[in-house]
Amino acid sequence: MSEPPTANRKLQTADTKPPSAHPIDELVSERTTWATSVRSTVASMRAWIFLFFLLVGFEIWAQLAYHTTFLFNPFNASSIAVFTVGPLLLALGQTFVVISGGIDLSVGFTMGLAAVVFSKILNLSMGVLPDPLALVVALVVALLASAVPGLINGLLIAILRVPPFIGTLGMYGVARGIAYLMAGGTTIPISNPVVSFIGNQSLTLLSIGDFRVSIPILVLVTIVLTVAMVFMLSQSRFGRHVYAIGGNRQASLRAGINVTRNTIALYILSALSAGIGGILYTARFTAGAPQAGETLLLDSIAAVVIGGASLFGGSGTITGTVIGALIIAVIQYGLVFVNVEPFWQFVAVGVVIIISVLVDQTQKQLSGARTDE
Amino acid sequence: MSEQPILRVQSVSKRFGGVHALENVSVDLFPGEVLALAGDNGAGKSTLIKVISGVHRPDEGKISYDGAEVTFENPQKAREQGIETIYQDLALADNLDVGANVFLGREPMKRVLGLPVLDRKKMRTEAAEALRVLDIRINRFDLPLRSMSGGQRQAVAIGRAIHWNAKVLIMDEPTAALGVPEQRKVIALIKSLKQSGVGVIFISHNLVDIFAVSDRIVVLRRGQKVGEAATQATNSDEIVRWMVGG
Ligand SMILES: Nc1ncnc2c1ncn2[C@@H]1O[C@H](COP(=O)(O)OP(=O)(O)O)[C@@H](O)[C@H]1O
Ligand SMILES: [Mg+2]
Repeated sequence: MSEPPTANRKLQTADTKPPSAHPIDELVSERTTWATSVRSTVASMRAWIFLFFLLVGFEIWAQLAYHTTFLFNPFNASSIAVFTVGPLLLALGQTFVVISGGIDLSVGFTMGLAAVVFSKILNLSMGVLPDPLALVVALVVALLASAVPGLINGLLIAILRVPPFIGTLGMYGVARGIAYLMAGGTTIPISNPVVSFIGNQSLTLLSIGDFRVSIPILVLVTIVLTVAMVFMLSQSRFGRHVYAIGGNRQASLRAGINVTRNTIALYILSALSAGIGGILYTARFTAGAPQAGETLLLDSIAAVVIGGASLFGGSGTITGTVIGALIIAVIQYGLVFVNVEPFWQFVAVGVVIIISVLVDQTQKQLSGARTDE
Repeated sequence: MSEQPILRVQSVSKRFGGVHALENVSVDLFPGEVLALAGDNGAGKSTLIKVISGVHRPDEGKISYDGAEVTFENPQKAREQGIETIYQDLALADNLDVGANVFLGREPMKRVLGLPVLDRKKMRTEAAEALRVLDIRINRFDLPLRSMSGGQRQAVAIGRAIHWNAKVLIMDEPTAALGVPEQRKVIALIKSLKQSGVGVIFISHNLVDIFAVSDRIVVLRRGQKVGEAATQATNSDEIVRWMVGG
């Protein structure tokens, strides 16, 4: 694309210009009052506020019921971080998709597909290639395999104009079936020391006497990916166009944005982020399973909407999604910690999704909050 | 006003299935001229400007711009050449701020630590400048357009169009959705554009607006050009008679 001309024409505002007290100015000052600012701040802080009360709630619960601390236990912090990885990885790509006005229901089984392909290829190539090379081959093939459902989703939605809900629901079935077929209906154990190291070890960042700060490698990888996604969404043209497409597809087309190509790229990005999720899952459990991401679809969509993205498209941030994923992890881990039956997790996450969407709808009617990164 | 038209539409026809949206329509536009396009609903006004701006290709006839025959494959191509269009629905991304909208699809980039990143500051300051020369003040450039009034949004659409050095600016019903004070503002904007040498084609139902701002009036009815007159040489009665026929 050539650099656009930017020279501003100096307009002569001639005699048609009333000297002061412009009607437009009055309208402006009326619109941007402190109330708008407060509402916009609350809207962007929504997820943070929720996370805060959730943590306080579990702390009180743990104190009252078990006379123990929930918050000030480093083991809990580390566990919550690991719990966050799965939902967050799926939610990163999902955030882009939701901002564009779509939804990707296929991510869970795309993750499973990647986990199965990764394990299979790793096992096949370890006999014939040196371990590190086998790992690289397995990584590349698994990522390519996960990109395929994304590409097909993108083509269906961008070119054939299939509604995202239906296109990706179909792909949910297809990816699921293929993952189970490839795995022969079972899980595939792997034994590559590097992979299990990545999946289960922590890096010590700081060590002073007894005081140590260490981060699970899985979490570290996820942080790096998250930073890359924040950058892509908030700093690149692609990210900006994702917001524009979700806000007004027609306007984006008329502004010369290649909506078709961007839409395809979005769904590939979503599938790749699910693929990485599948690979990290395999590393954590040293086995690939077709159902690796089965329960994570709900979690990932929950993370995105709790994080402030609107299912109508046009708004959302990665930072919000990270908080959303943390909220999901805190709910899940917290309920385990206070000995509530695990199945309540599903109920809790489901309720939180519905509440988030309701809050979003109400807020949409009230405010002109900032909606992009 | 110079002698050479900046834009010539010659004997253009456009059909949609059986509907003759345009039949053998010819129109010239000169630099610094405001041409009003009048006509009842379904007369073909929007189709005519879409043919000019590259949304539709004409079935017959030709379009010349700046002295040379042109075929715009898409609106982007027309914009690159200096034909900007403000559609009836404005085509703004209401979820994004003023700078993002002015630069939509042509975002400036800068490098930070070797990485290309959006140049938000440039978008903001240049958008502010574009609106300032139009004598429009918006004090919150970080809020999405959704929170702005109809007049401000219209101003952003105009600011976006003129920021790119348009030689021809096409506006489809720019005042239709506005209150009276905002309509006056848009009329003033069109006058200032005219003085800076832009050729403006302006569609309206509102005869008061048309007579307030245009130099020449072209009337369409059922896809045909049924009348054309210098604004000074005609009156509302004649225009209405052309519009409704008979
Ligand atoms: N994309 C299209 N497909 C089919 N018919 C169209 C299309 N655009 C316009 N028309 C028809 O062409 C005629 C002229 O429409 P239009 O140019 O929108 O009129 P105006 O803007 O003057 O109200 C109408 O009969 C309309 O229904
Ligand atoms: Mg029209």
